Amino acid sequence: MPSVSTRSSVTPWLFLTPAFVVIALILLYPVFSGVRLSFFSYSMRDFAVGADPTFVGLDNFRHLFASPHFRNSIRVTLTFVGSVVALEMVVGLALALLMEDEKLKGLRLFRTLFVLPIMIAPVVVGLVWRFMYHPSYGILNYFLQTLGADPVMWLSDPGMALPSIIIADVWQWTPFVFLIVLAGLQSVPKDLTEAGIVDGCSYLQNLFHIKLPMIGSVLLVAAILRLIDAFRALVVIFVMTYGGPGVSTEVLSLHLYKTAFTAQRLGRASAVAVILLGILLILSATLAIRTLRSERR
Amino acid sequence: MGTQASTSHEKPETSEEARKPRQPILKAHTRKLVIRGMRYAFIIVGALVVLFPIYLMITTSLKPRVLAFAIPPHWTFIPTLGSYQIVLFQANFVRFFFNSLTVALGATLGSVLIAALASYGLVRFQIRGGGVFLALTLILKMIPEVILLVPVFLLWNSLGLINTRIGLILVYVALNLAFNIWIIRAFMMDIPRELEQSAEIDGCPELTIFSRIMLPLVAPGMSVAAIFTFRLAWNEFVLGLALTDRFTRTLPVAVSNYITDVGVQWGPITAIATIIAVPAFLFTFFAARSLISGLTAGAVKG
Repeated sequence: MPSVSTRSSVTPWLFLTPAFVVIALILLYPVFSGVRLSFFSYSMRDFAVGADPTFVGLDNFRHLFASPHFRNSIRVTLTFVGSVVALEMVVGLALALLMEDEKLKGLRLFRTLFVLPIMIAPVVVGLVWRFMYHPSYGILNYFLQTLGADPVMWLSDPGMALPSIIIADVWQWTPFVFLIVLAGLQSVPKDLTEAGIVDGCSYLQNLFHIKLPMIGSVLLVAAILRLIDAFRALVVIFVMTYGGPGVSTEVLSLHLYKTAFTAQRLGRASAVAVILLGILLILSATLAIRTLRSERR
Repeated sequence: MGTQASTSHEKPETSEEARKPRQPILKAHTRKLVIRGMRYAFIIVGALVVLFPIYLMITTSLKPRVLAFAIPPHWTFIPTLGSYQIVLFQANFVRFFFNSLTVALGATLGSVLIAALASYGLVRFQIRGGGVFLALTLILKMIPEVILLVPVFLLWNSLGLINTRIGLILVYVALNLAFNIWIIRAFMMDIPRELEQSAEIDGCPELTIFSRIMLPLVAPGMSVAAIFTFRLAWNEFVLGLALTDRFTRTLPVAVSNYITDVGVQWGPITAIATIIAVPAFLFTFFAARSLISGLTAGAVKG
Protein backbone atom coordinates (compact mmCIF):
# COMPACT_ATOMS: atom_id res chain seq x y z
CA MET A 1 0.00 0.00 0.00
CA PRO A 2 1.50 3.28 -1.03
CA SER A 3 1.98 5.72 1.78
CA VAL A 4 3.24 9.25 2.01
CA SER A 5 6.74 8.02 2.84
CA THR A 6 7.16 5.96 -0.32
CA ARG A 7 6.40 8.96 -2.46
CA SER A 8 9.23 11.14 -3.60
CA SER A 9 10.40 13.30 -0.72
CA VAL A 10 10.87 16.10 -3.23
CA THR A 11 7.12 16.51 -3.77
CA PRO A 12 6.35 18.49 -0.59
CA TRP A 13 9.08 20.95 -1.42
CA LEU A 14 7.66 21.50 -4.90
CA PHE A 15 4.49 22.80 -3.28
CA LEU A 16 6.35 25.05 -0.90
CA THR A 17 9.00 26.39 -3.27
CA PRO A 18 7.00 29.21 -4.90
CA ALA A 19 6.07 30.61 -1.48
CA PHE A 20 9.66 30.32 -0.26
CA VAL A 21 10.99 32.10 -3.34
CA VAL A 22 8.47 34.95 -3.11
CA ILE A 23 8.99 35.44 0.63
CA ALA A 24 12.78 35.25 0.36
CA LEU A 25 13.10 37.57 -2.63
CA ILE A 26 10.41 40.16 -1.97
CA LEU A 27 10.21 40.24 1.83
CA LEU A 28 13.30 38.81 3.53
CA TYR A 29 15.97 40.05 1.14
CA PRO A 30 14.64 43.64 1.07
CA VAL A 31 14.27 43.70 4.85
CA PHE A 32 17.85 42.47 5.33
CA SER A 33 19.25 44.82 2.71
CA GLY A 34 17.33 47.64 4.40
CA VAL A 35 18.85 46.77 7.75
CA ARG A 36 22.29 46.67 6.11
CA LEU A 37 21.71 50.04 4.45
CA SER A 38 20.98 51.62 7.82
CA PHE A 39 24.74 51.40 8.56
CA PHE A 40 25.62 53.24 5.36
CA SER A 41 25.47 56.78 4.14
CA TYR A 42 23.56 56.71 0.88
CA SER A 43 21.53 59.42 -0.81
CA MET A 44 19.21 59.50 -3.79
CA ARG A 45 21.96 61.44 -5.53
CA ASP A 46 24.52 58.68 -4.87
CA PHE A 47 21.96 56.29 -6.28
CA ALA A 48 21.38 58.43 -9.39
CA VAL A 49 25.08 58.72 -10.24
CA GLY A 50 25.75 55.08 -9.37
CA ALA A 51 28.00 55.78 -6.37
CA ASP A 52 28.45 53.06 -3.76
CA PRO A 53 27.08 53.47 -0.22
CA THR A 54 29.70 54.53 2.34
CA PHE A 55 29.92 52.54 5.58
CA VAL A 56 29.36 54.86 8.56
CA GLY A 57 28.67 52.43 11.39
CA LEU A 58 26.03 53.69 13.79
CA ASP A 59 26.16 57.30 12.57
CA ASN A 60 22.62 57.22 11.17
CA PHE A 61 21.20 56.10 14.50
CA ARG A 62 23.29 58.62 16.42
CA HIS A 63 21.98 61.37 14.14
CA LEU A 64 18.41 60.22 14.61
CA PHE A 65 18.49 60.17 18.37
CA ALA A 66 20.13 63.59 18.44
CA SER A 67 17.55 65.04 16.03
CA PRO A 68 14.59 66.89 17.59
CA HIS A 69 12.68 66.16 14.40
CA PHE A 70 12.97 62.40 14.94
CA ARG A 71 12.24 62.61 18.65
CA ASN A 72 9.15 64.64 17.82
CA SER A 73 7.96 61.92 15.47
CA ILE A 74 8.43 59.31 18.22
CA ARG A 75 6.36 61.46 20.57
CA VAL A 76 3.63 62.01 17.96
CA THR A 77 3.57 58.28 17.16
CA LEU A 78 3.22 57.26 20.80
CA THR A 79 0.46 59.82 21.41
CA PHE A 80 -1.37 58.69 18.28
CA VAL A 81 -1.01 54.96 18.95
CA GLY A 82 -1.87 55.22 22.64
CA SER A 83 -4.96 57.35 22.01
CA VAL A 84 -6.42 55.40 19.12
CA VAL A 85 -5.92 51.97 20.66
CA ALA A 86 -7.35 53.03 24.04
CA LEU A 87 -10.39 54.74 22.47
CA GLU A 88 -11.05 51.97 19.97
CA MET A 89 -10.86 49.26 22.63
CA VAL A 90 -13.27 51.07 24.96
CA VAL A 91 -15.80 52.08 22.30
CA GLY A 92 -15.50 48.76 20.45
CA LEU A 93 -16.10 46.77 23.62
CA ALA A 94 -19.05 48.97 24.60
CA LEU A 95 -20.66 48.56 21.16
CA ALA A 96 -20.13 44.82 21.22
CA LEU A 97 -21.77 44.55 24.64
CA LEU A 98 -24.71 46.58 23.37
CA MET A 99 -25.20 44.36 20.36
CA GLU A 100 -24.33 41.04 21.87
CA ASP A 101 -27.97 40.08 22.49
CA GLU A 102 -28.68 37.74 19.62
CA LYS A 103 -32.40 38.37 19.76
CA LEU A 104 -31.87 41.94 18.53
CA LYS A 105 -33.45 42.24 15.12
CA GLY A 106 -31.26 43.55 12.35
CA LEU A 107 -28.05 42.63 14.16
CA ARG A 108 -26.62 41.02 11.01
CA LEU A 109 -27.31 44.14 8.98
CA PHE A 110 -25.57 46.40 11.48
CA ARG A 111 -22.62 44.05 11.71
CA THR A 112 -22.35 44.19 7.93
CA LEU A 113 -22.53 47.98 7.84
CA PHE A 114 -19.78 48.22 10.41
CA VAL A 115 -17.39 46.42 8.04
CA LEU A 116 -17.54 49.25 5.49
CA PRO A 117 -15.00 51.68 7.03
CA ILE A 118 -12.44 48.88 7.33
CA MET A 119 -12.75 47.90 3.69
CA ILE A 120 -12.55 51.37 2.19
CA ALA A 121 -9.15 52.54 0.90
CA PRO A 122 -7.17 54.65 3.39
CA VAL A 123 -6.73 57.25 0.64
CA VAL A 124 -10.49 57.59 0.40
CA VAL A 125 -10.89 57.78 4.18
CA GLY A 126 -8.27 60.54 4.32
CA LEU A 127 -9.94 62.50 1.51
CA VAL A 128 -13.43 62.27 2.95
CA TRP A 129 -12.33 63.38 6.41
CA ARG A 130 -10.28 66.18 4.91
CA PHE A 131 -13.42 67.32 3.16
CA MET A 132 -15.46 67.17 6.37
CA TYR A 133 -12.75 68.98 8.33
CA HIS A 134 -12.50 71.85 5.84
CA PRO A 135 -12.63 75.11 7.87
CA SER A 136 -15.14 76.96 5.68
CA TYR A 137 -17.16 74.41 3.71
CA GLY A 138 -16.61 71.37 5.87
CA ILE A 139 -19.73 69.75 7.30
CA LEU A 140 -18.33 69.48 10.84
CA ASN A 141 -17.92 73.21 11.26
CA TYR A 142 -21.40 73.66 9.84
CA PHE A 143 -22.76 71.34 12.54
CA LEU A 144 -20.77 73.18 15.21
CA GLN A 145 -22.09 76.54 14.09
CA THR A 146 -25.65 75.25 13.96
CA LEU A 147 -25.20 74.25 17.59
CA GLY A 148 -23.92 77.75 18.34
CA ALA A 149 -20.27 76.77 18.81
CA ASP A 150 -17.26 78.44 17.23
CA PRO A 151 -15.77 76.84 14.13
CA VAL A 152 -12.62 74.77 14.71
CA MET A 153 -9.55 74.90 12.49
CA TRP A 154 -9.38 71.12 12.53
CA LEU A 155 -6.36 70.32 10.42
CA SER A 156 -4.61 73.68 10.29
CA ASP A 157 -4.42 74.27 14.04
CA PRO A 158 -1.24 72.53 15.32
CA GLY A 159 -3.04 71.67 18.57
CA MET A 160 -6.11 70.21 16.83
CA ALA A 161 -4.52 68.36 13.89
CA LEU A 162 -3.46 65.26 15.84
CA PRO A 163 -6.81 64.92 17.68
CA SER A 164 -8.57 65.29 14.30
CA ILE A 165 -6.49 62.46 12.86
CA ILE A 166 -7.18 60.37 15.94
CA ILE A 167 -10.93 60.88 15.43
CA ALA A 168 -10.71 59.70 11.82
CA ASP A 169 -8.74 56.60 12.84
CA VAL A 170 -11.18 55.81 15.64
CA TRP A 171 -13.99 56.10 13.08
CA GLN A 172 -12.29 53.68 10.72
CA TRP A 173 -10.98 51.05 13.14
CA THR A 174 -13.41 50.87 16.09
CA PRO A 175 -15.60 48.55 13.98
CA PHE A 176 -12.66 46.15 13.75
CA VAL A 177 -12.38 45.88 17.54
CA PHE A 178 -16.15 45.60 17.70
CA LEU A 179 -16.27 42.66 15.27
CA ILE A 180 -13.53 40.73 17.08
CA VAL A 181 -14.99 41.34 20.54
CA LEU A 182 -18.50 40.46 19.35
CA ALA A 183 -17.25 37.17 17.92
CA GLY A 184 -15.50 36.55 21.23
CA LEU A 185 -18.63 37.32 23.26
CA GLN A 186 -20.75 35.04 21.13
CA SER A 187 -18.35 32.19 21.79
CA VAL A 188 -18.83 32.49 25.56
CA PRO A 189 -20.98 29.49 26.53
CA LYS A 190 -24.55 30.63 27.23
CA ASP A 191 -24.98 28.41 30.30
CA LEU A 192 -22.18 30.30 32.07
CA THR A 193 -23.87 33.69 31.97
CA GLU A 194 -27.28 32.13 32.57
CA ALA A 195 -25.92 30.36 35.64
CA GLY A 196 -24.70 33.75 36.84
CA ILE A 197 -28.15 35.27 36.40
CA VAL A 198 -29.82 32.39 38.21
CA ASP A 199 -27.39 32.86 41.10
CA GLY A 200 -28.53 36.47 41.31
CA CYS A 201 -25.52 38.15 39.70
CA SER A 202 -26.17 41.71 38.62
CA TYR A 203 -25.36 42.66 35.04
CA LEU A 204 -22.11 44.27 36.13
CA GLN A 205 -21.08 41.29 38.28
CA ASN A 206 -21.82 39.03 35.33
CA LEU A 207 -19.76 41.31 33.08
CA PHE A 208 -16.70 41.66 35.28
CA HIS A 209 -16.57 38.18 36.80
CA ILE A 210 -17.75 36.00 33.94
CA LYS A 211 -17.79 37.63 30.51
CA LEU A 212 -14.66 39.80 30.54
CA PRO A 213 -12.40 37.07 31.98
CA MET A 214 -13.77 34.67 29.35
CA ILE A 215 -12.88 37.01 26.49
CA GLY A 216 -9.66 38.28 28.06
CA SER A 217 -7.45 36.67 25.44
CA VAL A 218 -9.66 37.94 22.60
CA LEU A 219 -9.35 41.48 23.98
CA LEU A 220 -5.59 41.07 24.19
CA VAL A 221 -5.30 39.92 20.59
CA ALA A 222 -7.54 42.75 19.39
CA ALA A 223 -5.35 45.24 21.25
CA ILE A 224 -2.11 43.83 19.83
CA LEU A 225 -3.51 43.78 16.29
CA ARG A 226 -4.59 47.39 16.68
CA LEU A 227 -1.21 48.37 18.16
CA ILE A 228 0.60 46.86 15.19
CA ASP A 229 -1.69 48.59 12.70
CA ALA A 230 -1.56 51.91 14.52
CA PHE A 231 2.25 51.93 14.41
CA ARG A 232 2.01 51.29 10.66
CA ALA A 233 -0.61 53.96 10.02
CA LEU A 234 0.53 56.28 7.29
CA VAL A 235 -1.76 56.87 4.36
CA VAL A 236 -4.68 58.58 6.08
CA ILE A 237 -2.25 61.02 7.71
CA PHE A 238 -0.35 61.43 4.44
CA VAL A 239 -3.53 62.51 2.68
CA MET A 240 -5.03 64.60 5.49
CA THR A 241 -2.07 66.65 6.73
CA TYR A 242 1.16 65.24 5.23
CA GLY A 243 2.53 65.56 8.79
CA GLY A 244 1.58 69.20 9.19
CA PRO A 245 1.01 71.82 10.31
CA GLY A 246 4.75 71.95 10.94
CA VAL A 247 5.59 68.48 12.19
CA SER A 248 2.65 68.20 14.57
CA THR A 249 1.24 65.04 12.97
CA GLU A 250 4.41 63.51 11.55
CA VAL A 251 4.33 59.91 12.75
CA LEU A 252 7.33 57.59 12.44
CA SER A 253 6.23 55.98 9.18
CA LEU A 254 5.66 59.38 7.57
CA HIS A 255 9.03 60.55 8.87
CA LEU A 256 10.53 57.51 7.14
CA TYR A 257 8.80 58.35 3.87
CA LYS A 258 9.90 61.97 3.95
CA THR A 259 13.48 61.11 4.90
CA ALA A 260 13.66 58.79 1.89
CA PHE A 261 11.80 60.75 -0.77
CA THR A 262 11.91 64.40 0.31
CA ALA A 263 15.24 64.64 2.14
CA GLN A 264 16.42 61.81 -0.17
CA ARG A 265 18.56 60.21 2.53
CA LEU A 266 18.14 56.51 1.92
CA GLY A 267 20.62 55.36 4.58
CA ARG A 268 19.02 57.43 7.30
CA ALA A 269 15.51 56.42 6.19
CA SER A 270 16.62 52.80 6.55
CA ALA A 271 17.68 53.53 10.13
CA VAL A 272 14.14 54.81 10.83
CA ALA A 273 12.82 51.64 9.19
CA VAL A 274 14.98 49.49 11.50
CA ILE A 275 13.55 51.22 14.57
CA LEU A 276 9.97 50.84 13.33
CA LEU A 277 10.66 47.21 12.45
CA GLY A 278 12.05 46.60 15.95
CA ILE A 279 8.86 47.88 17.58
CA LEU A 280 6.66 45.80 15.27
CA LEU A 281 8.75 42.67 15.69
CA ILE A 282 8.34 42.76 19.46
CA LEU A 283 4.57 43.17 19.09
CA SER A 284 4.14 40.53 16.41
CA ALA A 285 6.40 38.01 18.15
CA THR A 286 4.16 38.31 21.22
CA LEU A 287 1.17 37.63 19.03
CA ALA A 288 2.85 34.77 17.14
CA ILE A 289 3.82 32.98 20.33
CA ARG A 290 0.31 33.34 21.70
CA THR A 291 -1.34 32.12 18.50
CA LEU A 292 0.93 29.11 18.11
CA ARG A 293 0.27 28.13 21.71
CA SER A 294 -3.50 28.21 21.19
CA GLU A 295 -3.08 26.31 17.88
CA ARG A 296 -1.38 23.48 19.73
CA ARG A 297 -4.09 23.19 22.32
CA MET B 1 -25.65 49.70 32.76
CA GLY B 2 -26.29 48.99 36.40
CA THR B 3 -30.00 49.42 35.82
CA GLN B 4 -30.11 46.04 34.22
CA ALA B 5 -29.72 44.22 37.52
CA SER B 6 -32.91 42.22 37.37
CA THR B 7 -32.97 40.71 40.85
CA SER B 8 -31.59 42.98 43.51
CA HIS B 9 -31.58 41.80 47.08
CA GLU B 10 -30.32 44.13 49.76
CA LYS B 11 -31.70 42.31 52.77
CA PRO B 12 -30.46 38.90 53.78
CA GLU B 13 -32.91 36.33 52.58
CA THR B 14 -33.24 32.65 52.51
CA SER B 15 -31.70 31.16 49.42
CA GLU B 16 -35.03 29.94 48.10
CA GLU B 17 -36.53 33.40 48.10
CA ALA B 18 -33.47 34.89 46.47
CA ARG B 19 -33.90 32.69 43.44
CA LYS B 20 -37.37 34.01 42.72
CA PRO B 21 -37.68 37.27 40.81
CA ARG B 22 -39.17 39.68 43.32
CA GLN B 23 -40.77 42.13 40.92
CA PRO B 24 -44.09 41.45 39.27
CA ILE B 25 -43.55 39.86 35.88
CA LEU B 26 -45.10 42.72 33.95
CA LYS B 27 -42.70 45.27 35.41
CA ALA B 28 -39.68 43.16 34.57
CA HIS B 29 -41.04 42.88 31.07
CA THR B 30 -41.39 46.64 30.55
CA ARG B 31 -37.91 47.18 31.94
CA LYS B 32 -36.58 44.69 29.43
CA LEU B 33 -38.36 46.55 26.65
CA VAL B 34 -36.93 49.89 27.76
CA ILE B 35 -33.42 48.46 27.88
CA ARG B 36 -33.83 46.94 24.46
CA GLY B 37 -35.07 50.28 23.15
CA MET B 38 -32.02 52.02 24.59
CA ARG B 39 -29.76 49.45 22.99
CA TYR B 40 -31.39 50.10 19.64
CA ALA B 41 -30.98 53.83 20.08
CA PHE B 42 -27.24 53.47 20.73
CA ILE B 43 -26.80 51.10 17.84
CA ILE B 44 -28.62 53.37 15.44
CA VAL B 45 -26.56 56.37 16.51
CA GLY B 46 -23.43 54.23 16.03
CA ALA B 47 -24.57 53.19 12.57
CA LEU B 48 -25.30 56.79 11.60
CA VAL B 49 -21.82 57.88 12.70
CA VAL B 50 -20.26 55.02 10.72
CA LEU B 51 -22.28 55.67 7.59
CA PHE B 52 -22.38 59.46 7.49
CA PRO B 53 -18.93 60.12 5.95
CA ILE B 54 -19.63 57.51 3.27
CA TYR B 55 -23.06 58.99 2.59
CA LEU B 56 -21.50 62.45 2.32
CA MET B 57 -18.89 61.22 -0.14
CA ILE B 58 -21.43 59.60 -2.44
CA THR B 59 -23.91 62.48 -2.37
CA THR B 60 -21.20 65.09 -2.95
CA SER B 61 -20.04 63.16 -6.00
CA LEU B 62 -23.59 63.32 -7.37
CA LYS B 63 -24.20 67.00 -6.68
CA PRO B 64 -24.17 69.63 -9.38
CA ARG B 65 -20.95 71.61 -9.28
CA VAL B 66 -22.38 74.71 -7.60
CA LEU B 67 -23.93 72.73 -4.77
CA ALA B 68 -20.86 70.65 -3.89
CA PHE B 69 -19.41 73.38 -1.70
CA ALA B 70 -22.60 75.03 -0.57
CA ILE B 71 -22.93 75.69 3.16
CA PRO B 72 -25.51 75.14 4.57
CA PRO B 73 -25.46 71.87 2.63
CA HIS B 74 -28.32 71.01 0.31
CA TRP B 75 -29.70 67.74 1.63
CA THR B 76 -31.97 67.39 -1.36
CA PHE B 77 -30.82 67.99 -4.90
CA ILE B 78 -31.23 66.58 -8.35
CA PRO B 79 -28.40 64.09 -8.77
CA THR B 80 -26.15 64.53 -11.75
CA LEU B 81 -23.29 62.52 -13.17
CA GLY B 82 -21.39 65.70 -14.06
CA SER B 83 -18.49 64.98 -11.73
CA TYR B 84 -18.18 61.45 -13.07
CA GLN B 85 -18.18 62.82 -16.60
CA ILE B 86 -15.29 65.13 -15.73
CA VAL B 87 -13.36 62.25 -14.21
CA LEU B 88 -14.05 59.75 -16.98
CA PHE B 89 -13.01 62.07 -19.75
CA GLN B 90 -9.87 63.09 -17.95
CA ALA B 91 -7.08 61.96 -20.26
CA ASN B 92 -5.70 59.20 -18.07
CA PHE B 93 -8.49 58.01 -15.85
CA VAL B 94 -9.26 54.92 -17.90
CA ARG B 95 -5.59 54.01 -17.99
CA PHE B 96 -5.27 54.33 -14.19
CA PHE B 97 -8.43 52.35 -13.69
CA PHE B 98 -7.13 49.47 -15.79
CA ASN B 99 -3.74 49.67 -14.06
CA SER B 100 -5.50 49.25 -10.74
CA LEU B 101 -7.65 46.42 -12.03
CA THR B 102 -4.74 44.55 -13.64
CA VAL B 103 -2.55 44.92 -10.59
CA ALA B 104 -5.28 43.88 -8.16
CA LEU B 105 -6.41 40.85 -10.20
CA GLY B 106 -2.85 39.76 -10.95
CA ALA B 107 -1.81 40.00 -7.33
CA THR B 108 -4.93 38.15 -6.17
CA LEU B 109 -4.47 35.28 -8.62
CA GLY B 110 -0.76 34.89 -7.90
CA SER B 111 -0.96 35.21 -4.15
CA VAL B 112 -3.92 32.86 -3.67
CA LEU B 113 -2.45 30.19 -5.97
CA ILE B 114 0.99 30.26 -4.34
CA ALA B 115 -0.59 30.25 -0.89
CA ALA B 116 -2.84 27.30 -1.77
CA LEU B 117 0.18 25.30 -2.98
CA ALA B 118 2.15 26.10 0.17
CA SER B 119 -0.77 25.32 2.49
CA TYR B 120 -1.22 21.97 0.79
CA GLY B 121 2.48 21.22 1.26
CA LEU B 122 2.25 22.15 4.92
CA VAL B 123 -0.93 20.26 5.72
CA ARG B 124 -0.45 17.09 3.70
CA PHE B 125 3.19 16.37 4.42
CA GLN B 126 4.44 16.64 7.94
CA ILE B 127 7.45 18.73 7.04
CA ARG B 128 10.17 19.22 9.59
CA GLY B 129 10.34 22.93 10.41
CA GLY B 130 6.78 23.50 9.24
CA GLY B 131 5.94 25.10 12.59
CA VAL B 132 8.88 27.46 12.31
CA PHE B 133 7.78 28.41 8.82
CA LEU B 134 4.27 29.17 10.09
CA ALA B 135 5.59 31.31 12.94
CA LEU B 136 7.75 33.14 10.40
CA THR B 137 4.77 33.85 8.13
CA LEU B 138 2.85 35.17 11.10
CA ILE B 139 5.61 37.68 11.79
CA LEU B 140 5.99 38.54 8.11
CA LYS B 141 2.32 39.51 8.10
CA MET B 142 3.25 42.50 10.23
CA ILE B 143 5.85 43.99 7.87
CA PRO B 144 4.49 47.39 6.89
CA GLU B 145 4.65 48.59 3.31
CA VAL B 146 6.73 51.58 4.34
CA ILE B 147 9.63 49.40 5.53
CA LEU B 148 9.89 47.81 2.09
CA LEU B 149 9.82 51.21 0.44
CA VAL B 150 13.54 51.99 0.13
CA PRO B 151 14.94 48.47 -0.37
CA VAL B 152 12.32 47.43 -2.93
CA PHE B 153 12.69 50.76 -4.72
CA LEU B 154 16.45 50.11 -5.06
CA LEU B 155 16.01 46.42 -5.92
CA TRP B 156 13.32 47.05 -8.54
CA ASN B 157 15.55 49.71 -10.10
CA SER B 158 18.40 47.27 -10.49
CA LEU B 159 16.10 44.53 -11.82
CA GLY B 160 14.28 46.82 -14.25
CA LEU B 161 10.97 46.25 -12.47
CA ILE B 162 10.55 49.85 -11.37
CA ASN B 163 7.53 51.62 -12.89
CA THR B 164 6.08 48.36 -14.17
CA ARG B 165 2.78 46.80 -13.26
CA ILE B 166 4.41 43.39 -12.83
CA GLY B 167 6.78 44.88 -10.25
CA LEU B 168 3.86 46.18 -8.25
CA ILE B 169 2.00 42.88 -8.59
CA LEU B 170 4.98 40.97 -7.19
CA VAL B 171 5.17 43.16 -4.09
CA TYR B 172 1.45 42.75 -3.40
CA VAL B 173 1.65 38.97 -3.95
CA ALA B 174 4.34 38.84 -1.27
CA LEU B 175 2.63 41.23 1.13
CA ASN B 176 -0.55 39.20 1.49
CA LEU B 177 1.00 35.75 1.10
CA ALA B 178 1.42 35.09 4.83
CA PHE B 179 -2.22 35.91 5.59
CA ASN B 180 -3.37 33.74 2.67
CA ILE B 181 -1.31 30.75 3.74
CA TRP B 182 -2.64 31.10 7.25
CA ILE B 183 -6.28 31.23 6.14
CA ILE B 184 -6.16 28.51 3.48
CA ARG B 185 -4.17 26.21 5.77
CA ALA B 186 -6.85 26.58 8.47
CA PHE B 187 -9.52 25.48 5.97
CA MET B 188 -7.41 22.55 4.71
CA MET B 189 -6.83 21.26 8.24
CA ASP B 190 -10.58 20.64 8.54
CA ILE B 191 -10.66 18.29 5.57
CA PRO B 192 -10.48 14.60 6.52
CA ARG B 193 -7.20 12.96 5.54
CA GLU B 194 -9.02 9.83 4.32
CA LEU B 195 -10.15 11.75 1.29
CA GLU B 196 -6.63 12.32 -0.01
CA GLN B 197 -5.51 8.87 1.10
CA SER B 198 -8.18 7.10 -0.93
CA ALA B 199 -7.33 9.20 -3.96
CA GLU B 200 -3.71 8.32 -3.44
CA ILE B 201 -4.51 4.61 -3.35
CA ASP B 202 -6.40 5.02 -6.61
CA GLY B 203 -3.13 6.24 -8.07
CA CYS B 204 -3.97 9.90 -8.42
CA PRO B 205 -0.91 12.06 -9.06
CA GLU B 206 -0.21 14.55 -6.29
CA LEU B 207 -1.02 17.56 -8.43
CA THR B 208 -4.40 16.08 -9.33
CA ILE B 209 -5.24 15.45 -5.68
CA PHE B 210 -4.37 19.07 -5.06
CA SER B 211 -6.29 20.62 -7.92
CA ARG B 212 -9.27 18.26 -8.25
CA ILE B 213 -9.92 17.33 -4.63
CA MET B 214 -8.39 19.90 -2.31
CA LEU B 215 -8.98 23.18 -4.13
CA PRO B 216 -12.75 22.78 -4.61
CA LEU B 217 -13.12 21.84 -0.93
CA VAL B 218 -11.29 24.92 0.34
CA ALA B 219 -13.00 27.34 -2.06
CA PRO B 220 -14.54 29.34 0.83
CA GLY B 221 -11.09 29.84 2.36
CA MET B 222 -9.65 30.83 -0.99
CA SER B 223 -12.38 33.39 -1.47
CA VAL B 224 -11.55 34.97 1.90
CA ALA B 225 -7.89 35.07 0.84
CA ALA B 226 -8.82 36.48 -2.57
CA ILE B 227 -10.97 39.28 -1.16
CA PHE B 228 -8.28 40.41 1.24
CA THR B 229 -5.54 40.30 -1.38
CA PHE B 230 -7.69 42.26 -3.81
CA ARG B 231 -8.44 44.78 -1.08
CA LEU B 232 -4.75 45.24 -0.31
CA ALA B 233 -3.68 45.64 -3.92
CA TRP B 234 -6.62 47.85 -4.92
CA ASN B 235 -6.31 50.16 -1.90
CA GLU B 236 -2.54 50.34 -1.40
CA PHE B 237 -1.02 53.76 -1.76
CA VAL B 238 2.59 54.26 -0.59
CA LEU B 239 4.30 51.54 -2.62
CA GLY B 240 2.12 52.47 -5.58
CA LEU B 241 3.35 56.02 -5.25
CA ALA B 242 7.04 55.09 -5.08
CA LEU B 243 7.12 52.22 -7.57
CA THR B 244 5.07 53.58 -10.50
CA ASP B 245 5.29 56.43 -12.97
CA ARG B 246 2.61 58.46 -14.73
CA PHE B 247 1.83 55.56 -17.05
CA THR B 248 1.60 52.77 -14.52
CA ARG B 249 0.16 54.53 -11.50
CA THR B 250 -2.92 53.14 -9.81
CA LEU B 251 -6.17 54.91 -8.85
CA PRO B 252 -5.32 55.72 -5.20
CA VAL B 253 -2.11 57.39 -6.35
CA ALA B 254 -3.92 59.22 -9.13
CA VAL B 255 -6.58 60.61 -6.78
CA SER B 256 -3.95 61.93 -4.38
CA ASN B 257 -2.42 63.89 -7.25
CA TYR B 258 -5.80 65.34 -7.93
CA ILE B 259 -5.68 67.40 -4.73
CA THR B 260 -2.49 69.20 -5.61
CA ASP B 261 -3.17 69.44 -9.34
CA VAL B 262 -6.63 70.90 -9.28
CA GLY B 263 -6.77 72.39 -5.82
CA VAL B 264 -10.09 71.62 -4.23
CA GLN B 265 -12.43 70.19 -6.85
CA TRP B 266 -14.44 68.14 -4.41
CA GLY B 267 -16.92 66.96 -7.03
CA PRO B 268 -14.39 65.01 -9.14
CA ILE B 269 -12.38 64.02 -6.06
CA THR B 270 -15.39 62.46 -4.34
CA ALA B 271 -16.35 60.84 -7.66
CA ILE B 272 -12.99 59.05 -7.95
CA ALA B 273 -13.10 58.24 -4.23
CA THR B 274 -16.52 56.64 -4.75
CA ILE B 275 -15.23 54.64 -7.72
CA ILE B 276 -12.29 53.42 -5.62
CA ALA B 277 -14.72 52.41 -2.89
CA VAL B 278 -17.00 50.34 -5.20
CA PRO B 279 -15.21 47.00 -4.61
CA ALA B 280 -15.40 47.66 -0.86
CA PHE B 281 -19.19 48.13 -1.16
CA LEU B 282 -19.57 45.00 -3.29
CA PHE B 283 -17.51 42.84 -0.93
CA THR B 284 -19.34 44.20 2.09
CA PHE B 285 -22.79 43.49 0.76
CA PHE B 286 -22.16 40.21 -1.02
CA ALA B 287 -19.46 38.58 1.09
CA ALA B 288 -19.90 40.00 4.57
CA ARG B 289 -19.49 36.63 6.20
CA SER B 290 -16.15 35.97 4.46
CA LEU B 291 -14.99 39.45 5.43
CA ILE B 292 -15.83 38.99 9.07
CA SER B 293 -14.21 35.56 9.22
CA GLY B 294 -11.08 37.03 7.61
CA LEU B 295 -10.97 40.02 9.93
CA THR B 296 -11.41 37.98 13.08
CA ALA B 297 -9.16 35.10 11.93
CA GLY B 298 -6.63 34.21 14.56
CA ALA B 299 -8.29 36.26 17.27
CA VAL B 300 -11.23 33.97 17.94
CA LYS B 301 -10.89 30.23 17.85
CA GLY B 302 -13.24 28.16 15.71
